[in-house]
Amino acid sequence: MAVVDTPPIVTARRDLADSYTLARYLETGGYQGLRKALTLHPEAVAAEVDAASLLGRGGAGFPAGRKWSMLRKSPISYLVVNGDESEPATFKDHYLVERDPHQLVEGVVIAAYALQVTQAFIFLRGEFALGLERVQQAVNEAYEHGALGRNIFGSGFSVDLVVHPGAGAYICGEETALLEALEGKRGFPRIKPPYFPAVTGLYGEPTVVNNVETMSNLPWIVLNGGAAFAALGGGRSTGTRMFALSGRVNRPGVYEIEMVKNTFRDLIFDDRLGGGVPDGHELRAFIPGGVSAPWFGPEHLDMVLGQDEVGAAGSMLGSGSIVVMDDTTCVVRAAWRITKFFSRESCGQCTPCREGSGWVERILYRLEHGGGRTEDVDVLLDLCDNISPGLNWPPQQTTICVLGPSIPSSITSAISRFRDDFYAHVQHGSCPHE
Amino acid sequence: MTHFRSDIRQRAEELVSLYPRRRSAMLPLLHLAQEQDGYLTDAGMAEVAELTGTTPAEVRGTAAFYDMFHLEPVGRYVVGVCTNIACLLAGGEDLLEHARRTLGCEVGHTSADGLFTLEETECLADCNIAPAVQVNHRYVRATTPEELDRLVEDLRAGRRDHDIPPHGTLIRVRRSGGLRVGTAELAEERAQARAARAAREAAATEAS
Repeated sequence: MAVVDTPPIVTARRDLADSYTLARYLETGGYQGLRKALTLHPEAVAAEVDAASLLGRGGAGFPAGRKWSMLRKSPISYLVVNGDESEPATFKDHYLVERDPHQLVEGVVIAAYALQVTQAFIFLRGEFALGLERVQQAVNEAYEHGALGRNIFGSGFSVDLVVHPGAGAYICGEETALLEALEGKRGFPRIKPPYFPAVTGLYGEPTVVNNVETMSNLPWIVLNGGAAFAALGGGRSTGTRMFALSGRVNRPGVYEIEMVKNTFRDLIFDDRLGGGVPDGHELRAFIPGGVSAPWFGPEHLDMVLGQDEVGAAGSMLGSGSIVVMDDTTCVVRAAWRITKFFSRESCGQCTPCREGSGWVERILYRLEHGGGRTEDVDVLLDLCDNISPGLNWPPQQTTICVLGPSIPSSITSAISRFRDDFYAHVQHGSCPHE
Repeated sequence: MTHFRSDIRQRAEELVSLYPRRRSAMLPLLHLAQEQDGYLTDAGMAEVAELTGTTPAEVRGTAAFYDMFHLEPVGRYVVGVCTNIACLLAGGEDLLEHARRTLGCEVGHTSADGLFTLEETECLADCNIAPAVQVNHRYVRATTPEELDRLVEDLRAGRRDHDIPPHGTLIRVRRSGGLRVGTAELAEERAQARAARAAREAAATEAS
């Protein structure tokens, strides 16, 4: 039975049409978390976030508190918010920046105070034109209100916040590529080590990079305490989380539910959540955490939505986006389209990714559109093994960033689950679903 | 005499002043150049180079990396139809094909009247209203052929001018607050913050 009665944290204003305005935000408890934070020592604010065990909501799931504490030894120069949401089927940050921009701004100021940073940036995906306007408006209002800028609420703490538009590049969601873009360059991921922007970030200075949803949780955490957040969920997966559900479901959308308390079956089939597969069709497979994640099948439906649980089963909760495929879905076409995406978005620095993505995309194209060969299935697996040797999860890396090793996920998932579908395409000469 | 109109030039200089280093204003300035000209012209990129302290070649090389920047003229309305996974499962390819016929131009091309450019986009992060369609990066919720046709009619008649500005205009809200101070002053504040923290940490170490 799905647990849907947990009060929402980041989508608490979801029923309010004017949730993005300062007036409504103030009426509904806005900026109270910041006011409280400013009465505490910065370290005490960071300690609350640590106590909350808030896992980063961008995709990698790194504990936000630990990310901060790695830095506490040396002063941090910049705070950068990653709002370059581009992982296919992920649309939670889109919701947050349009519907609750003040909550994001408040979270950023709280984080800046905890880290004692005086310059922060929100990097937003360029395609979020309305989101950019809403966040800029919120920033303007926050300055006017005294919640941002010099001597915030008379506390003596000052921080400047700049809203920075991206320009259309999936790779800029990778934090070092994002920093390159913020420095005005091509979005090329940086060679590691150093692994963390905490060491060498923007302009080579220590920088914290956090996701939009992560930041949006902070006002609640400070107001209610880290322990209250950690009391929700279970294991390492604390609090609530926004799940973006799409594909072959009756009620696609963003659902904020308590971590671990619900299963994939609850999310996809419960009438108050996904509402099931349309017209009584049968679920064939689903992607549990963005298209970089290996697919799951019906046997995984009763797994709980928890980061470690999904990780142990050989995939990832990633960006919290779940895509449902049913018996009307051509899995070869799905794998081809996802691969085409990676091929288009490869930045081109590393050979396995740049050359490999285009190569496997062309093979999948001919299987789907005509001209596929029986040996193509093995060639695909061989190429994937070259891109990420061993085809394990988490994937082995041959490239600067994880985009390359993400390419095999959909291909190997589709082949291992639906190998006969590939052979049917070869026999038919193209897609038999057409 | 600058290529940028005086109002655009003023906004450009404001943008440059927001960043610790001038080059960081590159993407916002390129958006601004596109707002004035509809696409990135040589003159526009040269001015961005001057403002960011880079060369025109560096500006072009950076701009070419990003999908939203157009180095050739595009239509007044750039129509993007998503066919990535969630939209694929919702008929995005069929909608793109319908758009191709309605607009009378191939994907990646501009209609003869110069009004529309059609693009097949990657995920637009609007997967619950699939297939996702944007016009000049505004979500338009046109998920069926009928809705798309109505949208195109409205665009032709200028009935969407209030919410869909011409291509290139991305952010209509101007920054109106902020610490418009030199980075030197911010750096000084940061140094003070560091000193304060060091003092706190020293006190904490002593206490323990």
